[in-house]
Amino acid sequence: MATLTMYPDDERLSRGERSVFNLYLVSAVALFVLMMLLGLAMRMSQGNWLALAPDLFYRVLSMHGAGMVGTMGLVTTAVMWFFLRKYVTLHLWAFLANYVLFLLGALCIIGSIFIGNYAGLWTFLYPLPSQGMVWSPQSAAVFMVGYLLIGVGMLLFYLDAAAGIIRVFGNFARALGLQWLFGGQIDPSHPKAVVAGTMVIIANSLGILAGAVVLVLYLINIYDPQMVLNALLTKNLTYWFGHMYINATIYMGVIAVYELLPRYTGKPYSVSRPFLWSWAASTVFVIIVFPHHLLMDYAEPRWMAVTGQIISHGALFPVFLVTAYGALANVYHSGMRWTMPSRLMMLSLFGWAAGIVPAVIDGTISVNRVMHNTQWVPGHFHFYLLLGVLPMALALMYHVVGSRRQAPPDSGADRIGLPLYLVGGLVFVMAFLDAGRLSVARRMATHLPEWWPTDQAGAIGAALVILAMSYFAVRIGAGLLKAPADGDRAHAAG
Amino acid sequence: MYQDIIWTVALAAMGLVALGFLWVISQAGKAADAASSQRAYHGANVLRRWLFGILLVVFAGVTWASLHRFPIPRQHAALDAAQVVDVIGRQWSWEVSTTTLTTGTPVEFRVTSGDVNHGFAIYAPDGRIVTQTQAMPGFTNRILYTFTEPGAYRVMCLEYCGLGHAPMVSEFQVVAPEGN
Ligand code: HEM
Ligand SMILES: [Cu+2]
Repeated sequence: MATLTMYPDDERLSRGERSVFNLYLVSAVALFVLMMLLGLAMRMSQGNWLALAPDLFYRVLSMHGAGMVGTMGLVTTAVMWFFLRKYVTLHLWAFLANYVLFLLGALCIIGSIFIGNYAGLWTFLYPLPSQGMVWSPQSAAVFMVGYLLIGVGMLLFYLDAAAGIIRVFGNFARALGLQWLFGGQIDPSHPKAVVAGTMVIIANSLGILAGAVVLVLYLINIYDPQMVLNALLTKNLTYWFGHMYINATIYMGVIAVYELLPRYTGKPYSVSRPFLWSWAASTVFVIIVFPHHLLMDYAEPRWMAVTGQIISHGALFPVFLVTAYGALANVYHSGMRWTMPSRLMMLSLFGWAAGIVPAVIDGTISVNRVMHNTQWVPGHFHFYLLLGVLPMALALMYHVVGSRRQAPPDSGADRIGLPLYLVGGLVFVMAFLDAGRLSVARRMATHLPEWWPTDQAGAIGAALVILAMSYFAVRIGAGLLKAPADGDRAHAAG
Repeated sequence: MYQDIIWTVALAAMGLVALGFLWVISQAGKAADAASSQRAYHGANVLRRWLFGILLVVFAGVTWASLHRFPIPRQHAALDAAQVVDVIGRQWSWEVSTTTLTTGTPVEFRVTSGDVNHGFAIYAPDGRIVTQTQAMPGFTNRILYTFTEPGAYRVMCLEYCGLGHAPMVSEFQVVAPEGN
């Protein structure tokens, strides 16, 4: 069971652990601000407030997409590591190796985009990478090698975590608590971090392996164009990978809420049968839901489209009825202490639960027919990434900053920053969703003049978000770097 | 318009979620004693079962309503449409075999690509998408659509295909059949 102690001893970081953990978090907040600035530039360019030439726009879009998804993967891995290490043995070298491989991969990606002119976007479709006209197949290959490096890093981390989990719990099924689905006395101390971590290890390893297969196929094709690939098969594999990778960030990020929320409400928040059911179901759902990305590929077998729709709709159940509902029940009449970490957690649950609504609606085939590849799509995923997952990670960061003084942070500037982030974020995502209603296409460098109003509204919202996020980044960066380890109680007390 | 209905449904559902959060937040501060928190715990479980039941009914209804007439036409049997249009997407233009169509009778669009993936989307004169499919090399996707409104329809590319993606636009006319 997650502890009710605010800063428990088993979460203290040794010197080495603190250095690596800080590397993750400080890199992540800096990267988020940078990538958001790229996003703002694109939104302004679409709204005719700035002129990015199309070749630059699509390079910036490639950087923003790959950079944001990668950074989200990085920071939520740190969340998972921070809590999972209390229950199973995790080796610091694996955690560090993931960071180093991420950096090397990021360098490849940056090089291929800004030196090699690669502009094939983060989920490239065959055969665009080798037929981009303005970039060479070689620079596409460098981009893909970057992905492979990042994927290998995550797999290393997952392998280490899997070994740790199996050593303690015997196998994945017991770690997921499947033995209690139909009865039996649930062990109330069974950690939610282990349930969620196990699900992520299973799903995301599969996704990364699918991604690796498709990347290797591409690389072979780039060097031997005679070997033609099946465009539909590669698209299936690409989205199997892409969907799982980005969704894994939510499931890693939510561990922070499971662990921290009860400390701020003061109410126990232990595993229950609905909880175990919801994670078992989510494990299956996240693996088989990807055909909802191919609903407009009429060549796809019908049963796959049906699966895509039904599983997308089914995904509402675990999120609404278990994660959001359970957390709200925990907060209700709790005498909650409202400080930055607790506010960020509430925001993150709202962002996830509300952001999933337009996503689920778009998973309906007949809706997809008019919404697919419009800005409805960036509307819903920015909703749950910007207002859901990122606040989960920020909540942990603020919590760790607070552990220094042994008191949760809650300065005046914090209290201004959060509403700014929320309001800016809502304006930003609603502008996308409204643009989807108006059939504004996504991924276009130039927009029709009648599309400009939503672009401009989105840019204003984005500017507010960036203001708040820059403040958070400085605040967290300073807090982490100054903080003597809470492992170093002698100093902390002084 | 279909998009406006979707938007309204989404707004209503997101609004309900927001209300739920606001209500709980407004109730968060009052710490409960043991007895009343036991009652609240029980009440929350009952409410959750109700919500589960309601969601399940909505889910079943939506699934039936949206799938009993499958929204995608058969791809392998003949569609027997009176009007047939062949569409090929290329970096960065459309080749559309017929540029004048009539309202009231079904049109079959056979959509493919000569190079990379494209997205074939039809925009009505009012600027909204009426239907779409992917244009994928090596595959032909068929749309069956009956136009009701005459006017100038625009084809836009909805799958990123490189530098010339945004300007990859084409147009066709839909007219009322003669005699109307
Ligand atoms: C202030 C914050 C942000 C701004 C201004 C911003 C802006 C944008 C814009 C303008 C696009 C292109 C939309 C289009 O297709 O027309 C985009 C796409 C995207 N953004 Fe963001 N974004 C922000 C935050 C985030 C965050 C936090 C994430 C989280 C991971 C994220 C992930 C993505 C992804 C994955 C894409 C899709 C790229 C593609 O279509 O290939 N963004 N963003
Ligand atoms: Cu295109």
